[in-house]
Amino acid sequence: MNLDGAAAPIFEASGITKQFGGLTALSSVDLTLADKKITSMIGPNGAGKTTLFNVFTGLYTPDAGRVTFKGRPMLGLRPDQIAAAGICRTFQNIRLFRNMTAIENVLVGMHTQTPLGLWDVLGQTRRFHQTEAQLAERAAELLDTAGLGSKGNEIARHLPYGDQRRLEIARALAARPALLLLDEPTAGMTRGEATSLMRLLRELIDRFDLTVLLIEHNMRVVMEVSDRITVLDHGERIAEGAPDEIRRNARVVEAYLGRRASA
Amino acid sequence: MIQALGVVALLAASGYAVFVSPRSILAFLFFQASVLAIYPARVPTRFKMVLLAVALGLVMPAIGTVNGYYLEVATQVGIFAALALGLNIVVGLAGLLDLGYVAFFAVGAYVWAIAGSTQGNQIFGGGFPLPEGWFFVFLVLGLAVAALAGVLLGLPVLRLRGDYLAIVTLGFGEVVRVLANNLDRPINITNGPKGITPISRPPLPFDPASVPGLSSSLLYALYFYVLVLAIVVVVILVSRRLENSHIGRAWEAIREDETAAQAMGVPLVRAKLLAFACGASFAGVIGVLFAAKQVFINPESFTFLESIGVLAMVILGGMGSIPGAVLGAAVVTVLNLQVLKGLSLWLNELRNAGTVILGYNLANLPTQVEPAKYERMIFGMILVLMMIFRPAGILPARRRRRELGHQS
Repeated sequence: MNLDGAAAPIFEASGITKQFGGLTALSSVDLTLADKKITSMIGPNGAGKTTLFNVFTGLYTPDAGRVTFKGRPMLGLRPDQIAAAGICRTFQNIRLFRNMTAIENVLVGMHTQTPLGLWDVLGQTRRFHQTEAQLAERAAELLDTAGLGSKGNEIARHLPYGDQRRLEIARALAARPALLLLDEPTAGMTRGEATSLMRLLRELIDRFDLTVLLIEHNMRVVMEVSDRITVLDHGERIAEGAPDEIRRNARVVEAYLGRRASA
Repeated sequence: MIQALGVVALLAASGYAVFVSPRSILAFLFFQASVLAIYPARVPTRFKMVLLAVALGLVMPAIGTVNGYYLEVATQVGIFAALALGLNIVVGLAGLLDLGYVAFFAVGAYVWAIAGSTQGNQIFGGGFPLPEGWFFVFLVLGLAVAALAGVLLGLPVLRLRGDYLAIVTLGFGEVVRVLANNLDRPINITNGPKGITPISRPPLPFDPASVPGLSSSLLYALYFYVLVLAIVVVVILVSRRLENSHIGRAWEAIREDETAAQAMGVPLVRAKLLAFACGASFAGVIGVLFAAKQVFINPESFTFLESIGVLAMVILGGMGSIPGAVLGAAVVTVLNLQVLKGLSLWLNELRNAGTVILGYNLANLPTQVEPAKYERMIFGMILVLMMIFRPAGILPARRRRRELGHQS
């Protein structure tokens, strides 16, 4: 595994295989993420990128393979346990809590950070009020960071598309993850919106010490932002390396970039 | 200020109207309307609370002394309000469509019915009925047993969503009713379709003889009214606190998008079971009280239609809305107990008097034409109209606005 430099892997997946009926969606995929780096995952539609996300976040159970995060095995954990362990995600097709306000969306993301029990709630203990106030404050900060500072009380589904994407990122950050999985965050965005979102992402990574795994179709974004790139095709990993290596990789060009370049 | 005076004037006028003509349904409806008018009035919250306390804590019991039936209506409204608030947690907040909710009401009712009557002897040998004071212990016990039943129902249906969940909960409701109907053999637990009676009432906190002029049955009616009112107040408080906490937010997140909620760290199993347990516990408490108030219960009180009725209250009032649930319970109960019955009576009077309207002699009107018989149909029509014109309910759930520090 040609990891660059001394960066230790925070996340390691090996031999991930997932079949749906007769279809092999993932075939023995390996992936290693270096701490505090941005790794992009690219590949044509149906390559298995989102399936891999779903395996990592516990929505799917793979047929074979191993996943460790911070040295801890992750397979078999429920999605909420994985979130609590520090892996959070956004969704390809935005999945906000549409009828809740922006700040409430972020507050739900803090569920794992809420050390309150039923009795604190029913008894309205001092701990309850303190915790709620702290959570609300941090949620407002997160919204600010995501550029949604003035929109905390707006219903999520009323927000413009770009803001919904940003809100989803803010919500994912609310759980204080160490690893953030972003599923096509710039999909449907204009070039300007995509650029500003990527700038935000860079900022967040520095600020929250994040490791990021990114699924992205926008090659300009991918080449610009990634430290490492993994290429999937038909459920198999066909390449892994730094952006420059990927750019020159013949198999990748054939499977993916080549087709786009000629289009 | 003008609104404050207006609300007070309305209350005073309607209260006076009821005292002047205690048998007039219109006067009592007027009073109910003026109580409801307190909610939307633009007056300070504290003033609202005082007004509500006066209207429901003083004026209503006073009205009860001139017409005991109104007290019965108010008590029924309270019972259904507690039920609607419980179902509101399960359906309105957590989005779990429960069509067998009345089963938990039945569980609470039977818990006290068995312990508070000689029925307990059939199971445990002797010592029943328990002394009346145990009623209060059983309020808590009914809550616990119903909550447990909620968890037991919740466990197998956790993986189900939408239609499938609705069907299974419907089945659960029927199972409980059929059990109540058939558990009179081999061991007689529920006394089957004959039901259980007499069930002990809680002891009056004072000697009835010390209150001259009021019959003992009226005193009990007053006492039950106050108990129901207290329970509803507690249930509202608990609902509000749950709703405005991480627990309520988790429930709503599950309603909005179960998968996303879990991916954000909400433990689905625990949150759903808690929703079932909380909703069920409200029904359990009020079930214990219902058994004591009715003195007699049988499985007929806990049919599928009751579950649908409570669900209709929640939908009518506004899913996920606490004031909506209370309003829904009030509207539906009053419609059933007073408006339709009142219309039927009135129509009968006209018919008997042979009144002629537009050249048609009402004496020729077939006896089938009687509003009270069309209860379900009118209900259905109201619900259809609501779905068309106000799908979020009469008082839709409002999102809480939060203070965001940096906003001007």
